[in-house]
Amino acid sequence: MLDSIIFYFFAGVAILSAVLMVTRRSAIHSAVFLITALLATAGIFLQLRAEFLFVAQIILYVGGIMVLFVFVIMLVRLDVALHQLRFSKQKWVSLIVALALFAQIAVMFWISRRLPGAGLPDAAPVDKLPPNAEALAKSLFGPYLLPFEIASVLLLVAMVGAVVMAKKRTEPE
Amino acid sequence: MMPIGHYLFLSLALFIIGTIGVIARRNVIIVLMSIELILNAVNINLVAFSRIFGEAAGQVFALFIIADAAAEAAVGLGIIIAFFRNRETVLADEMDLLKW
Repeated sequence: MLDSIIFYFFAGVAILSAVLMVTRRSAIHSAVFLITALLATAGIFLQLRAEFLFVAQIILYVGGIMVLFVFVIMLVRLDVALHQLRFSKQKWVSLIVALALFAQIAVMFWISRRLPGAGLPDAAPVDKLPPNAEALAKSLFGPYLLPFEIASVLLLVAMVGAVVMAKKRTEPE
Repeated sequence: MMPIGHYLFLSLALFIIGTIGVIARRNVIIVLMSIELILNAVNINLVAFSRIFGEAAGQVFALFIIADAAAEAAVGLGIIIAFFRNRETVLADEMDLLKW
């Protein structure tokens, strides 16, 4: 009972702020609503007993990525963009794409004639779960050690790329 | 936990909202933010299935996706700053350097 109340609260907050993020005119309002949506998702992670991802979501997304976004919104002059059209001319295309996506999923349910996850095992009870961070670390540094190292190389390349992109070009004479 | 269908529908809703944002908005910064929302929707699926199967691998991949999102945001925002310096705009309609 308490579980479902928590889930519906966070899911409602996430969907509502996602809709507001897409429809608000000002970019800074969009950023604030995206932060709300990401925090609500962090709550969903906690409800799924993924404590490490809950903390990582808040520190990385809200503390890192969104600060970067807000920085760039402040750097870029938006008062010009503010008075112009919010949506591009393709907004009907986007509605059609969204409806097509939805129709695909609906047809999938219609064909399979049952709710998703009907044949899956039940989740382990909460008190039987191993410590989350320990299980995650054993998996991350065991079978997934190579992807972990590749991710670090990816982050290094992205960092160098971001610096090269954003730095001022000096023309060689 | 709730039945897995609830998580799948929540993820689907966030994914579709993000798709609408990517296609319809003119401001490129908001397009990038919609991409973050889409990646986030995928994470919900991964974590929900990881909980059902009692397997930490789903959470490991969610962590990789978060790292990916950080890399993508850094490079994308760098491109936006470079573009704004050259063209004084962040609107997707006016980004037509490669069009003709």
